[in-house]
Amino acid sequence: MAENAPLICKDIHKTFNDNEVLKGISLETRKGDVVSLIGSSGSGKSTFLRCINLLETPTAGEVIVHGEPIRFKHNRRGVRIPADNKQVELMRAKLSMVFQSFNLWSHMTVMENIIEAPMHVLKVPKKEAIERAEAYLHKVGIYERKDYYPSHMSGGQQQRAAIARALAMEPEVMLFDEPTSALDPELVGEVLRVMQSLAEEGRTMIVVTHEMAFARDVSSQVLFLHQGRIEEQGTPDKVFDNPDSERMKQFLAPKF
Amino acid sequence: MLDLHGYGPSILKGAVITVELALLSLLLAVVLGLIGASSKLSGNRGLYAGATAYTTLIRGVPDLVMMLLLYYGGQVLVNKLSDFLYYEFNVDWFFQFDPFISGVLTIGLIFGAYMTETFRGAFLAVDSGQIEAGKAYGFTRWHTFRRIMFPQMLRHALPGVGNNWQVLLKTTALVSIIGLTDMVRVAEQASKAEHAPFKFFVPVAVVYLLLTAGSELFIRWVNSRVSVGVVKGD
Repeated sequence: MAENAPLICKDIHKTFNDNEVLKGISLETRKGDVVSLIGSSGSGKSTFLRCINLLETPTAGEVIVHGEPIRFKHNRRGVRIPADNKQVELMRAKLSMVFQSFNLWSHMTVMENIIEAPMHVLKVPKKEAIERAEAYLHKVGIYERKDYYPSHMSGGQQQRAAIARALAMEPEVMLFDEPTSALDPELVGEVLRVMQSLAEEGRTMIVVTHEMAFARDVSSQVLFLHQGRIEEQGTPDKVFDNPDSERMKQFLAPKF
Repeated sequence: MLDLHGYGPSILKGAVITVELALLSLLLAVVLGLIGASSKLSGNRGLYAGATAYTTLIRGVPDLVMMLLLYYGGQVLVNKLSDFLYYEFNVDWFFQFDPFISGVLTIGLIFGAYMTETFRGAFLAVDSGQIEAGKAYGFTRWHTFRRIMFPQMLRHALPGVGNNWQVLLKTTALVSIIGLTDMVRVAEQASKAEHAPFKFFVPVAVVYLLLTAGSELFIRWVNSRVSVGVVKGD
């Protein structure tokens, strides 16, 4: 049922200075879905993800979070902007994001990073926020690093801390923007394993990724984007083993 | 203790005035700098133009000229305003510019312009991903500013602020021109009376040196505090 869908995007368009990067992308999720967005660089997959939590404002199209559509208006110069910043802030608190370059706040310890948003955005009391943070730090396996500053940890540990920060919001949907692309190859596995365990718990996740094995084994839905459009969509079996699109076949073809 | 022909205590008193003048000017300069930098970065054209006019004007005029202009010109303006208020509205208001207040206003105004550029650069140096993470977690703009931008800006700003402070401290010597009895003025009077310039100006130079060296150490300590979590050379 649509009302229960954690996230629906309808016909999202995004234009940067006459350059149309997204040409109408729609997505409907059910609770527990793991949606992988794949495609080459410049296909628009990251832009689409950033349109979902309005880090970019879609030029056209609708974003509906748990049945509630985000309202837009046009400013004096005719640019589409969110109508209600409060609504956007509340919506973002339900969709937590994990970034490619972690973006942990560098002047705060891991613990401070994790309790900041629950305390100040969700108004969780400090004691409870800390308990929550500790539980999630155990889950991602870096509890013993809780008092470290981000710059004193490896990339894999930083990304796991960032995942704990996202989990501490107890979000409806988690957004992952190429979470392993900035990591050394030997650190990719530890992050993917955490993500897989989250998927198995039934968390709703939207993942922009270049990790084809992850997309194939963990997702429930795969979207292949090409030049701002959905070129191929469906279950991993369908998209990877039986693609209709020539582009998708090329994309999957062995490179050497 | 050095025998300063009995001028020792008044030089010391002058040194205290120098420090008070410098600290108050610094406070004003930091406030003006933060306002100026926020205006330049606000994206509002009027605010940007105002802040740019301010920094261009101040940085283009010699400090001494600014000081004389504000001290003598400022009093003339206040007198006119006072007359105007009294005759037109029957409001009895007057304000006497004394050298100390003029000094604080001038030095604060001058260094506010330099601080504006320091803070502007420091705000721009904050990694955009840090701010984006705040947005993405539902922070309000104010919360993002207070908890993320400001503390991270500080560590980029501190070396520049420290530099400005050192120059500011030495600029306070100019205030002796408009008659404030800071230690430079005391030393000048004493050396004229006693025909012994070295005896009076060397101690004054040493006091300035102690003040700047002391602040250097203090700034280094503060820097290590605000740079916690930063890898050296990062």
